[in-house]
Amino acid sequence: MSTYQLDITKEHCPMTFVKTKIQLSKLQPGDLLEVFLTEGEPLNNVPRSSKEQGYNVLEVSHVEGNIHKVLIQK
Amino acid sequence: MMGNIDLTTLNQPVNQKKLSLICFSGDFDKLVATFTLATGAAAVGYEVNIFFTFWGLDAIKTKQGRSFVGKGFLGKLFGFFMGGLKSAPVSRLNFLGLSPKIFRYLMRSKNVATLEELVEAAKALEVNMYACEMAMHILGLEKSDFIHEVKGVLGVTTFLELSEGGRTLFICSNCQSDFSTG
Repeated sequence: MSTYQLDITKEHCPMTFVKTKIQLSKLQPGDLLEVFLTEGEPLNNVPRSSKEQGYNVLEVSHVEGNIHKVLIQK
Repeated sequence: MMGNIDLTTLNQPVNQKKLSLICFSGDFDKLVATFTLATGAAAVGYEVNIFFTFWGLDAIKTKQGRSFVGKGFLGKLFGFFMGGLKSAPVSRLNFLGLSPKIFRYLMRSKNVATLEELVEAAKALEVNMYACEMAMHILGLEKSDFIHEVKGVLGVTTFLELSEGGRTLFICSNCQSDFSTG
């Protein structure tokens, strides 16, 4: 099991979840992905869409300013 | 003409999330809209089909710049003026092709995915891309003129079957004719 990181703090629709989905598709089952994102649409969308796609959203935590971290397990 | 379509895809359950786009336009802005919808939907689990027809075929040409692609004198001439993805004009205020360059600069500088990045994402997300048999025939284009991700060459009835049970959107061109849009 490996942990990967993805920074989408500078991305906008639709690439926020598009990049998350493409990265998740490359991982092995059980692998973890830490996604760094900003408040608003990315923070609302990425955890929700990840759950809908059958991934486990283990944690959503505040990092600093308007940046948050979402921990997703494939 | 069926191309190399897997016929099993025609018998899918009607409740599967599906978005089918008819891309009639080769305009830069309309293509951004098409590929934004396609990638966003594909990322959240939709089956996405894009049916490229008429000017929309420019987006999937292997040769992305201006090139005499097509059969016959008129076909080659149209192919040259229509160009490919990199020579797509914006639908308003094109300014002889300056505006797409400005848009690309703005999109890069504001970290918004460029048209080329959206197309690459669509490929990575396995968006189904199809070319219109009738428009190809008019313009003298062949499947080999398109990127290999294009799954097949379709007629309208096959597209209707593919899009059955999902939502379908038509992305259209401007009605005006503008010879100076290059």
